Amino acid sequence: MTSYVKEILTGFYSLLAGMGVTIRYFVKPIVTVQYPREKLQMSPAYRGHTEFVLDPETQTHRCIACELCSRTCPSQLIHLEGVKVGKKKLPSKYVIEYHLCSLCGLCVEVCPTQALQFSKEYRLAGYSRQDAVIDVFARMQAQQRRLGWPVTPIPEPQPEAEGEAEAKPKPAKAKPAAKKAEKPAEAEAAPAAPETPATPAEEEEKS
Amino acid sequence: MATAAQSVSIFGMIAGLIGVMALVAVNALFLIWMERKVSAHMQLRPGPMEVGWHGAIQTIADALKLLGKELITPRDVDKPVYLAAPIVIFLPVLVSFLVIPFSQNLIIRDMNVGVLLILSFAALTVLAILMAGWASNNKYAVFGAIRSVAQNVAYEIPLLITLMSVILMVGSFRLTDIVAAQSRIWFVFLQPIAFILYIICATAETNRAPFDLPEAESELVAGFHTEYSGMRFALFFLAEYTNMFIVAALATIFFLGGWRGPFLPGIVWFLIKVYAIIFLIMWFRWTFPRVRFDQLITLSWKILIPLALANLIVTAFVLKLV
Ligand code: SF4
Ligand code: SF4
Repeated sequence: MTSYVKEILTGFYSLLAGMGVTIRYFVKPIVTVQYPREKLQMSPAYRGHTEFVLDPETQTHRCIACELCSRTCPSQLIHLEGVKVGKKKLPSKYVIEYHLCSLCGLCVEVCPTQALQFSKEYRLAGYSRQDAVIDVFARMQAQQRRLGWPVTPIPEPQPEAEGEAEAKPKPAKAKPAAKKAEKPAEAEAAPAAPETPATPAEEEEKS
Repeated sequence: MATAAQSVSIFGMIAGLIGVMALVAVNALFLIWMERKVSAHMQLRPGPMEVGWHGAIQTIADALKLLGKELITPRDVDKPVYLAAPIVIFLPVLVSFLVIPFSQNLIIRDMNVGVLLILSFAALTVLAILMAGWASNNKYAVFGAIRSVAQNVAYEIPLLITLMSVILMVGSFRLTDIVAAQSRIWFVFLQPIAFILYIICATAETNRAPFDLPEAESELVAGFHTEYSGMRFALFFLAEYTNMFIVAALATIFFLGGWRGPFLPGIVWFLIKVYAIIFLIMWFRWTFPRVRFDQLITLSWKILIPLALANLIVTAFVLKLV
């Protein structure tokens, strides 16, 4: 008889304790994020696709088009072209086929000037594989525009010395064209595409 | 004179019927929204937010969707019974509103057997569930129906006994008398055990978690209404939520002093109390896991019925002594 009463009382108490827990949760603030209207801050360790680091001093990228990253990339998905501007070499095109990226980070690590970083971009849904091809250079330009910094133009090849002025342009121009032909069709179309994927990304980072 | 009185009462009946229909619909729409909100907030979610202010007219949108759904009748069902079940489950729900006093004068018919009327018609719900489950010709539906019968038989007994101990104190089956008897003190303070037992039994009677075995989703798909779609399903749903309102109204009348309360009009107090009880029942649902069937029956026969009987006997003794 006593065990019967005890069972009822302990059972009843445990039920009340459970209800205490739920009512405490009932008055707690909700944690759900109403996604398109509210967004979470991504954690610092989040790895999106790579992007150029914007140097606050020079207000532009630090890439010297050494091609170390594209050579190191195990998936061979970085397509970059460099041109000589005076003494320096600068990238005129930096496109990644993000759908092939394994986010291994080798490109970020190998870069001699620390020109690359992982972006916090997570809204990457697209309708075709083409949507995953990201023009990193255009993305950087868009970031500069947003920050109100001078936008780095795509550099034009400049003659190094006067004497070569006549002879150089021809092979220099022919070379990128030839390179383009080798590449898959997606990379070809990439420079045209960048604005579209980059635009939501801008809004994203602003908020 | 007699005919005039009769015609007035018939007019009152029709007005009452329309009022009840409106109340049933609005109540169900509100309760479904409330349930979704309560469950959501207990799980730190916002719940419906898109349609209307905080999703307030979400259920109307859902109801419209249900109205537009095709009424599927499976080939091998027992057709007349299958079609009758949603109507039968809805009838007792409507009848119960006949005698519920919403406030001093807001009562369709003040019968002196009010309690008995509600309880006897409430038993029809089981019949409807059995009809639905049997006629569906579906093993899950039959299992749900069988469980429902066993459960309702088990829980109707302590329910009646607990109400009996209050009725003993009042000496009347008339609901207005029971409310009037609580003018000084609510019966929840005089009969706390009866109140707790009543709430447990009421939860089981309305087939709600943790006693929702007749429609246990994880085992029986949807239980007795597995084969129902569209508006027929909606009728079962409507009946469930209206049943909740009725048991909460009974709890209010029997234990919380009915429409009595300071300042506000009676109907407001009545609805506040009813929805407070309904919140309690929802709170149970989102706290407790579903019990196993043997636990369910054990709880009723070994704990609730003895306790209710003991409570009744003690009440009778005390009344005799005083
Ligand atoms: S993270 Fe790895 S796979 Fe992706 S681009 Fe860099 S090197 Fe290539
Ligand atoms: S390794 Fe760095 S500097 Fe070299 S091309 Fe890649 S991003 Fe530019």
